[in-house]
Amino acid sequence: MIHWFTHNGGRLGGLLEQHVVLTLWPLAATLVLSIPLGAAAARLRWLRRVLLPLSGVLYTIPSLALFLTLPSLLGTRVLDPVNVVVALSIYGCALMVRTATDAFSQVPATAREAATAIGYGPARRFLTVDLPLAAPVLLAGTRVVAVSTVSLVSVGALIGVGGLGVLFTTGYQRSYPAEVGAGIVTILALALLLDGLLLGVGRLLMPWRRATAPERRSR
Amino acid sequence: MNLLHEAFSWLTTADAWGGSDGLGRAVVDHLSIVAVTFLVSAAVGVPAGVLIGHTGRGRVVGVVLANAARALPTLGLVTLFALGLGIGIVAPVVALTVLAVPPLLAGVYSGIENVDREAVQAARAVGFTQRQVITQVELPLALPVILGGARSAVLQIVATATVAAYVWPHGLGAPILSGLALSDYPRVLGASVVVIVLAVVLDVLLAGLQRLLTPRAMRPARARGRQRARDHAPVADLAPDRVG
Repeated sequence: MIHWFTHNGGRLGGLLEQHVVLTLWPLAATLVLSIPLGAAAARLRWLRRVLLPLSGVLYTIPSLALFLTLPSLLGTRVLDPVNVVVALSIYGCALMVRTATDAFSQVPATAREAATAIGYGPARRFLTVDLPLAAPVLLAGTRVVAVSTVSLVSVGALIGVGGLGVLFTTGYQRSYPAEVGAGIVTILALALLLDGLLLGVGRLLMPWRRATAPERRSR
Repeated sequence: MNLLHEAFSWLTTADAWGGSDGLGRAVVDHLSIVAVTFLVSAAVGVPAGVLIGHTGRGRVVGVVLANAARALPTLGLVTLFALGLGIGIVAPVVALTVLAVPPLLAGVYSGIENVDREAVQAARAVGFTQRQVITQVELPLALPVILGGARSAVLQIVATATVAAYVWPHGLGAPILSGLALSDYPRVLGASVVVIVLAVVLDVLLAGLQRLLTPRAMRPARARGRQRARDHAPVADLAPDRVG
């Protein structure tokens, strides 16, 4: 397998780049859509009653079937990478809306009331009270979505959208296990890297979380 | 929308369902591989989960497995095992088992861990043996959570079995992939719709079973309020994993 890596560096780079692009778009779409939806669902019972069962159903749909059903609903071409991006955004949201709803539901009412009492408007309260208090749970949800999206993108190789999954189809066709193995290893590494990055970003954005860790005595 | 129309009219033809490459046979094959894989996964995952949950040891292994399984690309696993084990049903079953064991295992051990310790101690106090504690106290009380894990395992298998058609041309993935190769899109879409319906129906049935087998006292009663029910839901280990 090491042999494979040393001889296919250029090809790997191209596929890796496609894979990253196909991962980041759905991840961004998931965050942009799920955070407001989850925040709203945490306050509105009817929205919760619609969104939570809906995300459960969407989540059960097998990926290959969703990739291929979307063109008829979106009017895209069957082999268009957009289908994969939309499908993975749907899975991401299905998972993340639930997490975001939980995250915003657990923000203490007293904290929100205190903000209102000192004159915060809804927007300021959301950005400076709700969001920071929900952030740790949101981050945990994002990490799960990121890791599962990285591995799901590879199914797209079956419908020819590129990415590291291509190593599985070509490796299989050429009976070359090292190529398949290299694909698996690279995907696992990418997932690990993305997870680590998110964890790092979380540390930077949420310095107060470290303050809750047991203090070390200097004496 | 035209394509959708064509797909549905294809689904209403006898031609689509009959024959050795028809959808009828594909549904049977798909359900068979799901059943076989589920049994194999349960044979591995349930005893291991009981051991971890009962003794409280090896929990880290379960957590690591669950995280690794989330990142494992299904298509890679399926093709790798097919190259290693040859053509036939064994390779897809092994690959699907690898993906189905972690959610099952997590369901069993977190279900057992969440059993009220006082119930276990009471059982010990009245003289239950270890075996009786497991079979008559821990497993029945953990059943709803165990079934939750089983539910995500089944969904995982249904989805990945579709992808596995790439190396094992049976089940509902087969008409999808052969339709793609022939640019026969009504066939691709029709078979996709069938597999979606199959997955949703299976999930609804399993959710019903889960509700039916949950002891009445443990059901999240509406009167007690949703918030409370959510607080008590065992979440962390059971975030459904989608990798297929």
